[in-house]
Amino acid sequence: MFPNFPIWPVRAATSASNLDALFIFLLLVTGMVTIMIFILVTLFALRYRHDRVEKATPILGSLALETTWSLVPFGIFLIFFVWGAVIYFGERTAPADSMDVYVVAKQWMWKLEHADGQREINELHVPVDRNVKLIMTSQDVIHSFFVPAFRLKQDVLPGRYTTLWFHAIRPGTYHLFCAEYCGTQHSGMIGSIIVMNPAEYEAWLSGGGGEGSLASTGQKLFQQLGCGSCHRSDTQGRGPNLVGVFGKPVLLEDGRTVTADENYVRESILNPGAKIVAGFKNIMPSFQGVVNEEQLLSLIAYVKSLQGSQPGGIVSNRPAVPNVSVRPRVK
Amino acid sequence: MASASTITAEREHYLNADYGFRSWLLTTDHKRIALLYLISITFFFFIGGFFALLIRLELLTPQGDLVQADTYNKLFSMHGQVMIFFFLIPAVPAVLGNFLVPMMIGAKDLAFPRINLLSWYLFIVGGGVMLYTMLTGGVDTGWTFYVPLSTAYLGTHVVLAAVSIFIAGFSSILTGLNFIVTIHRMRAPGMTWGRMPLFLWSNYATAIIQVLGTPVLAITLALVGLERMFHLGVFNPQLGGDPLLFQHLFWFYSHPAVYIMILPGMGVVSEIIPCFSRKRVFGYEFVALASIGIAVLGFLVWAHHMFVAGISLYSAMVFSFFSYLVAVPSAIKVFNWTATMYKGKIYYSTPMLYAMGFIGLFTMGGMTGLFLASLGVDVHVTDTYFVVAHFHYIMVGGMVMAYLAGMHFWWPKISGRMYPEAWGKLAAMIIFIGFNLTFFPQFILGWTGMPRRYHAYTPEFQVLNVLSTAGSTVLAVGYLLPMVYFLWSLRYGKEAGDNPWGAAGLEWKTASPPPTYNFEETPVVTWEAYNYDELPEEVPVVG
Repeated sequence: MFPNFPIWPVRAATSASNLDALFIFLLLVTGMVTIMIFILVTLFALRYRHDRVEKATPILGSLALETTWSLVPFGIFLIFFVWGAVIYFGERTAPADSMDVYVVAKQWMWKLEHADGQREINELHVPVDRNVKLIMTSQDVIHSFFVPAFRLKQDVLPGRYTTLWFHAIRPGTYHLFCAEYCGTQHSGMIGSIIVMNPAEYEAWLSGGGGEGSLASTGQKLFQQLGCGSCHRSDTQGRGPNLVGVFGKPVLLEDGRTVTADENYVRESILNPGAKIVAGFKNIMPSFQGVVNEEQLLSLIAYVKSLQGSQPGGIVSNRPAVPNVSVRPRVK
Repeated sequence: MASASTITAEREHYLNADYGFRSWLLTTDHKRIALLYLISITFFFFIGGFFALLIRLELLTPQGDLVQADTYNKLFSMHGQVMIFFFLIPAVPAVLGNFLVPMMIGAKDLAFPRINLLSWYLFIVGGGVMLYTMLTGGVDTGWTFYVPLSTAYLGTHVVLAAVSIFIAGFSSILTGLNFIVTIHRMRAPGMTWGRMPLFLWSNYATAIIQVLGTPVLAITLALVGLERMFHLGVFNPQLGGDPLLFQHLFWFYSHPAVYIMILPGMGVVSEIIPCFSRKRVFGYEFVALASIGIAVLGFLVWAHHMFVAGISLYSAMVFSFFSYLVAVPSAIKVFNWTATMYKGKIYYSTPMLYAMGFIGLFTMGGMTGLFLASLGVDVHVTDTYFVVAHFHYIMVGGMVMAYLAGMHFWWPKISGRMYPEAWGKLAAMIIFIGFNLTFFPQFILGWTGMPRRYHAYTPEFQVLNVLSTAGSTVLAVGYLLPMVYFLWSLRYGKEAGDNPWGAAGLEWKTASPPPTYNFEETPVVTWEAYNYDELPEEVPVVG
């Protein structure tokens, strides 16, 4: 209507449609109650103005009214709560068929990497009608990935991964804002999400100067760093076999079980002693300071790509016959 | 009781009992300390307001052109720190509470008069460090001090600002402690808990939060200082810390702090509406217990500031649920205030205009809080101008309106003089209009996606920002007016008399200004609070 006077943000993803329904419901309910309070205050002020009333009527209160205006609002609040929680749960649980995009934030730019190897700065090209999952981390302070047209926002933290997923429904260019104050150029840390038709997206993908997929970059790094000498793809390695591990539960030395997600792989590279896989020893050196955030992401993409023929279930990775270099467990 | 108005000039009271700087700076009279606080927080209010005006002027255009990005970041950081820690938190408790808590329970002073003076000195030392911080370059952490930005990336006076708030925090703790002990131990004969004015209930609830919450803020700020200066790895992941731990600790205080800022304002409104409706407050017990309910539940909602920060889905759900629970007592209060006006005899005095404005604006602030408590909605609007608008509706639309309501209501008691009623009403109108013009557009800005703390913004947000800036200039005029006519009234105002509003409450049963020890003899209370059916039907000074 007015180009520089929007009152409703563009709706460009399924998450936006879901949220707008709840928002409109909230607007209607709270709007009605607010107007009711305004009308009552005004009405009482006019009707009971001091020169229209001989004497105030003493009224102490009413248990029935107090109960009503405690329980009825609470009931309505429960609707807001459940509806909001359902939306939140949905938008924070990525479907299994999502395509991964890796995000590294730093003061004051967004670096985005596609699984196919395309790298972008402050721009993210995605196809319409696909589930896209963002795996995000920060090199320095806390940032926040905010796309108003998707009604989505997630803080991006240093030292760990946070995720977000969306399903764009409308081609176009949408704002990407940093929503967590991050220093001098916070308001300059903005970019665009470019939602494209599948054909355009394919064209864009093939036109990009990718140096091979992210996983293949990770594979090269994996070889360079000599990871493969221990993490062998058989059962003879001094480290766990990584094939088929990603996304599966892993049994730890202390009896706990963790899911091998991005944060676990990250921790295992930077702080290998934190969670030792059952049957292995704490012999791996830390790669803290050796690999940067982008290299870490490529290693994770590589581990992810190792979806071998191993069946699901708990992956113990326990060697069938202990390698000569691994001494028997003490415990 | 005969009116004291004809003999004010000769009669000794707390203002003329002694003269000279020494008599003020070494006073232990709670009323004089209240005035010391009044002067101090007014000073900080106008400093914070000046920063706010500069922020609004910068946002008149999408480009960052009035000040540089770093300067802008300092402006909103210091606006927040000054307004929260040096105006809003002490506003009602330390000024009106200090003046009124002993008088309302029929006591001569607070339980610990010297600790009361100490709390003002701590406030001044904290405020002095804050001023020094500003004058030597300022700080740009936001008021939230988020790590690792504050501990490892900013080159400004982070530690100084933290020290300033650390010290001011103890002033707040001591005030709270004093109120708790005073209300428990020093009530006049017959002043049972069930007869206490609601202002005392809400200040009591506030004091609980001050005493239990503020130490956590002090610890958190100390850890920020230690990490920044000595690289103690608590919060920064590069040192092995956890940045979310900081947010949990910070909001554990800073969400309840929101109730430190609003509960006393609710108390003020609970005094004024019955007085100018000539009627007992509707549902006294429910309003009183709602204050305690807010204080308790307020400690269980902090992580609703962290729904997008990376906390677990299930903890987010728990905190969302509790956030709705804490909204119930606030709703109860609004309904009870409204019901108090029903079948009353309503006078449109200045305090009553502010109080009615409070109901409306607090309701809007509370209703938009329901949006933010809903997980899905919060994801979109958190960290946008929607949040900025929401908390300004509570803090400025609610608390500052209540504070001004209280200042007008008790000014005759404090100064012995009436402020000019016509000017009072005019200022109340200007503030109401200016406030809504400033902050309503910010709801739409936030909903359409404008993030907060942005020095420059994309052009589609300009029209709403211009409206907001226009409103802020109206608001500024509105705030200057009372300052001018209050000062004017000290010399030229009509003498108020003991009880110009015909109000219930022990503070109105003594002279204006009150004598140093408040009452000639300790009152004995034989009546319920807000016994307006036993008081004159007319408000003497409002036509």
